[in-house]
Amino acid sequence: MAKKEAKKLEYFTDWKYAPSPEATDHIRLQKQYDLFINGKFVKPNSGKYFDTINPATEEKISSIAEANDKDVDSAVKAARGAYDKIWSKMPAKERAKYIYRIARLIQERARELSVIETLDGGKSIRESRDIDVPLAANHFFYYAGWADKLEYAFPNRNPKSLGVAGQVIPWNFPLLMAAWKIAPALATGNTVVLKPAETTSLTALKLAEIIQESGLPDGVVNIITGHGPVGASMVNHKDINKIAFTGSTGVGKWIQKAIAGTDKKLTLELGGKAANIIFEDAPINQAVEGIINGIFFNQGHVCCAGSRLFVQESVAEEVIKKLKDRLETLIVGDPLDKNTDIGAINSKMQLNKINEYLKIGINDGAEMYQSSCSIPKKGFFVRPTLFLNTSQSHRISQEEIFGPVLAIQTFRTIEEVIEKANNIPYGLSAGVWTDKGSRIFNLTSKLRAGVVWANTYNKFDPTSPFGGYKESGFGREGGLHGLMPYLKF
Amino acid sequence: MERIEVLKTYKIFIGGQFPRTESGRYYPLKLKNNMTVNVSLSSRKDYRNAVIAARGAFSGWSARAAFNRGQILYRIAEMLEGRKDQFLEELKQLGYTPAAAKKEVEQSIDRLVYYAGWCDKYQQLFSSVNPVATSHFNFSVPEPMGVVAILADESSALLGLVSVIAPAIAGGNTCIVLASESKPTCSITFAEVIATSDVPGGVVNIVTGSRKELHSHFSSHMDVNAIINCNTEKDFNKTIGENASLNVKRVFTWNRNWSDEKEQGPYYITDLQEIKTTWHPIENIGVSGIKY
Repeated sequence: MAKKEAKKLEYFTDWKYAPSPEATDHIRLQKQYDLFINGKFVKPNSGKYFDTINPATEEKISSIAEANDKDVDSAVKAARGAYDKIWSKMPAKERAKYIYRIARLIQERARELSVIETLDGGKSIRESRDIDVPLAANHFFYYAGWADKLEYAFPNRNPKSLGVAGQVIPWNFPLLMAAWKIAPALATGNTVVLKPAETTSLTALKLAEIIQESGLPDGVVNIITGHGPVGASMVNHKDINKIAFTGSTGVGKWIQKAIAGTDKKLTLELGGKAANIIFEDAPINQAVEGIINGIFFNQGHVCCAGSRLFVQESVAEEVIKKLKDRLETLIVGDPLDKNTDIGAINSKMQLNKINEYLKIGINDGAEMYQSSCSIPKKGFFVRPTLFLNTSQSHRISQEEIFGPVLAIQTFRTIEEVIEKANNIPYGLSAGVWTDKGSRIFNLTSKLRAGVVWANTYNKFDPTSPFGGYKESGFGREGGLHGLMPYLKF
Repeated sequence: MERIEVLKTYKIFIGGQFPRTESGRYYPLKLKNNMTVNVSLSSRKDYRNAVIAARGAFSGWSARAAFNRGQILYRIAEMLEGRKDQFLEELKQLGYTPAAAKKEVEQSIDRLVYYAGWCDKYQQLFSSVNPVATSHFNFSVPEPMGVVAILADESSALLGLVSVIAPAIAGGNTCIVLASESKPTCSITFAEVIATSDVPGGVVNIVTGSRKELHSHFSSHMDVNAIINCNTEKDFNKTIGENASLNVKRVFTWNRNWSDEKEQGPYYITDLQEIKTTWHPIENIGVSGIKY
């Protein structure tokens, strides 16, 4: 049989989308933000401020206070005071009402929050509007309901709050991570000191305003901004009962070591290098969409990104061709444009790291393929990238890049792919694409990962527990299981 | 000259509409201010219409995301909070002291918030993955029963109503409620709250009338899946039980003191749920074991 000439998609230049930027004139931002301690915005002890910039334009948006040890201490004192005097004594159902209020206020101000999230972090407005902000509101709404139902969640136990929770969150989903941390902590009766990442403090500070508006008693939630040492100071603070951290595995290991021998309870949500596995019987077109979403969602700044693709050999050619075609259609550019698929890389530092990995990939002998799209001259951008002919030993197949870079390997048997998928220190998530239900359940039981998506990818819900195996951390966020890290029995 | 007050006509609530009873009948109710209200004396036909509305609304309501149902229940609480004063006045006209009226309304609001929270949580507590010995993924989940008929608590004007409607609809059921015969006015005002809270028409239907007349119809209808009686009449319960057997209705007697904070919980939801178990094979190749 003669080999059919493969059809190629043509992308005409006159098919360009007209610009469709989201308006920014309705948002309220201040020139300078202070620390949110004990219900008030207060100046940092250091007197220092740092710039937060728009990574798509490199222009300054606002100044953010740099906290020091003294500020951390006063935030912890405020949280302890609120815990002892008010929050731990308040009937659970009344506690719930405050959390419901916060959820409602986020819903009401959703548009403003999503624009600020995109301005400050570089993610596309489509994602901040449709995913980050609604999920953040829903997370508060969901956990609000648990506040007065904890005895049903843990029958025959007597669930009690821990005290003051110190929470450190990353820059990839700033508001959503704040919600994931604060909502369950409050629902279980703890008070909070939260530190957002230094490149993305704004939505956390807007959340502080919302918390003020909600009438939540002073000191129940404190939000302090700054760089790494602020987080370290929280981790080492003697009067914190619980540390919750989302971020890199390196820092996670440091925290675990730092609190060794103390009574602090810990949850870690760390890095990942998820295997996205395509079998030959998979619905290929959907699978290709799933791979694209799996790795290019949020510029690949996702701890559970499907950054390792395993394609069964018999369909590899077809899948890779379709992936390349689809890559060409991705719109990279202005994050505020509603048609943009891939926005700006969060920071110069992260851009450098990604570019470094691209070099490593090439030097290790993998074949790089990038979209031919143009990228803006100003701001931090990178073309969506595939690496073909990678092997298990390549650094781009082993290390978390945290960018729009996909390492592709092929496999023949199910044993082989299970072995390869699991042979990595990480274990946060995985994807399986096959038409065969029985194979999905085989794979979900064999893959050593905290979340397995079958014929879908990057799905999140407040009711669904999320968290890792192995060096991807421990503890779960979301659902009933997400209550446990904030309780003692 | 003094302004003359406009009086409210209390009708019934079926399929999101406020019709009068098709029978045209009424019973007089004297309020504390000496005014008389003509309450609809609903008929069997009204009930049958309500069942049609409830059945029609069931597929949509049960298919709503649990989270969405939670938001809607919370919305009912928001609406009720906003109309608190109206209920306080109405309860006084039904003989409640101001303190009792306040407690009744506040507990009703809090109970709605409480069940709003359960909408997307009871599933996690009452579902299971069953460790069967064969190579199957086997799991059980609760699903709503369907259309629930409720004879509400006679002694309570609002809280008794809220305490049974909330768990029924939180779990994805639709319902037809016969309000307290002696305290019916609040139930219709509560229907107005429901009608303005994004609850789809037909999910909650409220009729007023005689329990003596309607209990046998409530329990004998062949398209109703469960019946709850919140009252104690022994001979009614016998009839209800016998009629229920016609189509194996689930029968519950919830004769409770609803003002007790303990009379709420997920078991009021799970009473009105079926359990569905699904078997799915697990492929057994690649059994080399997990090494990492």
